Amino acid sequence: MSSLAAFALDLMAGKIRVVDLTQTLSPDFPTIALPPQFGQCAPFRLEEVSRYDSRGPAWYWNNFSCGEHTGTHFDAPIHWVSGKDLPDNTTDTIAARNFIAPACVIDCSREAGENADFILTVPIIEAWEARHGRIPAGHWVFLRTDWSKKSGAAYANVKEDGAHTPGPNPDAVRFLVEQRDVLGFGVETIGTDAGQAHAFTPPYPAHFFMHGKGRFGLQCLANLDQLPPTGALIVSPPLKIKGGSGSPLRVLALIGA
Amino acid sequence: MSTTRPKRNPLAPTPPALLPPVPRSRAALGLAAAAAAGRFALQRCESCGKVQYPPREICAFCLGDALRWGEVARGGTVLAATTVRISADPYFRRLMPWRTGLVRMDAGPTVVAFLHGALAAEGRARLALRLDKAGQGVILALPEEGTAAMNDDPVLRELGCAPAQRRVLITDGRAPFAAALTRAFLDAGAASVFVGIAEDWRPLPDFAALDDPRIARVPLDASDAEAVHRAAASIGGRVDILVNTTWHQRPGDILDRQDTIFSREEMEAAFFGPMRLAQSFGPAMRSLAGEAAFAPCAWVNILSVAALAPAPGFAAFAAAQAAGLSLAHSLRRELRPLRVVNALVGPLDDVWHEHVPPPKLGAIALARAIVAALEDGIEDLAIGDVAQDILARYRDDPAILLREA
Repeated sequence: MSSLAAFALDLMAGKIRVVDLTQTLSPDFPTIALPPQFGQCAPFRLEEVSRYDSRGPAWYWNNFSCGEHTGTHFDAPIHWVSGKDLPDNTTDTIAARNFIAPACVIDCSREAGENADFILTVPIIEAWEARHGRIPAGHWVFLRTDWSKKSGAAYANVKEDGAHTPGPNPDAVRFLVEQRDVLGFGVETIGTDAGQAHAFTPPYPAHFFMHGKGRFGLQCLANLDQLPPTGALIVSPPLKIKGGSGSPLRVLALIGA
Repeated sequence: MSTTRPKRNPLAPTPPALLPPVPRSRAALGLAAAAAAGRFALQRCESCGKVQYPPREICAFCLGDALRWGEVARGGTVLAATTVRISADPYFRRLMPWRTGLVRMDAGPTVVAFLHGALAAEGRARLALRLDKAGQGVILALPEEGTAAMNDDPVLRELGCAPAQRRVLITDGRAPFAAALTRAFLDAGAASVFVGIAEDWRPLPDFAALDDPRIARVPLDASDAEAVHRAAASIGGRVDILVNTTWHQRPGDILDRQDTIFSREEMEAAFFGPMRLAQSFGPAMRSLAGEAAFAPCAWVNILSVAALAPAPGFAAFAAAQAAGLSLAHSLRRELRPLRVVNALVGPLDDVWHEHVPPPKLGAIALARAIVAALEDGIEDLAIGDVAQDILARYRDDPAILLREA
């Protein structure tokens, strides 16, 4: 039996569990807030076209609208200026094999629970590796903060001086990209970067270094607490938007039951 | 002190909304236009100089056809007064008994007018043009000296939309003037003020200082059809005055912008959002407009005077406002008997107008003008020097105004 056939049988037999890492797309889900002189990421909107009524007697359907970076979403390298000239850097040209890959999950939920401005650093990553092994090349690295269990104002956590949410510092991102050759970085918060990452040098290092090296981002993930530190397989194909900088998507994790 | 809002028997049927007789000649609509703007205007014959009432196509004195609408003296003398206790008209049967009388105007004509309850059966009166529930101009005779209790007169109440004891909805609490409006309605004696809050995950600093038990925040986002439906289902039957404050403005002429991103948001705020509000709240409010007392009575739109003629530097915004103004005009017909108040404002005193020289409109002045318009029964107003100047030039000749920018 081929390994794929064995995998399919395991999946059907429930020996492999499918965990949905996706937040529900809804108008109430916070979007990233930019200064008001900039164009904003459109929130999710649903407009009913018909619902078994005079507008369409036998069918129900909606038109929806949103930004490429609304809800649980994928960031392509072209999203950031540092990745703008890379080959195959858009949602339609990224090789499809990248959309199925294993993940390492770094659990910082306790630290993030105590400090909204928690920063992921190289020593924290190295401490994780001391317990779970070196992060293999081509893996996703997910930062588990349990932030997805918050909602509304607590989730966005916007204050007078901007958002306060956890994220990595520049050294940590460079370490993951340059020393570990990761596929990308995934988080439970609205951005792969910390809420106060505008103050880093460079600003927004997760965007700057990940996308500058052609790596990807996953944001607004949920249920990371159900994933093992290693061994989860992530399925995360974005919509095939021509020239797209990212897209809302369904993210699934396959884990051994 | 205003009349206390009576408790309603929840098992009593809501009577249908009725309108006073509607059909009028085109000439008579001049009365409605003047009443809507708070002007006391009648036709004056340019040939013989006489003022006439009721309005006609030609002069009743000299048959001249050059009639011009203009402000005339508001004073008059009551010649006769009576109280009507029987009427065959369904609308007026509900209003009975009401006072009516003959008043000889200082301007010339003798008119049949509604008489205020406090007006003596003989003597001097001050005349006012007011819009009735059908949106037609009617003449009202008031005591020469106004008093605080004057608005309690049943006819004035019927014709007015004073916020006292009424329940108000400010649709967008994040609008730059929402907090000032809330304050102004509370100061005017509103029974409660619902404040719509979109995206409640964002901070709302403006309202921190507004601590009044009559304020109730409601989740409401005019850009989200489902959210509007939910809000209307929740409070739509408890809104007497809806103030549509959805507002989005950014600088930029058509060619300044490289895209339509901001324009879409401006159209959302000026047109699509108000359309959703009207589709959800309009039927709810209109269905209760026949209530005997404190029925839903007014729908207020706040629009930029740029809707009349684009302001340089804000051309894309102006186009969205023009769409909003057209929507507002149609709502006036579709929401009847609710009064649709269209308030035109000039440049706001905000960050987007830092480069614009004064005068600019502050939120408090805007809010007070809207409350005053509701108290005075005004339907069309321009707030602030800039808006009033542009509206005057528009009324003088829109073609010239469009070339002045």
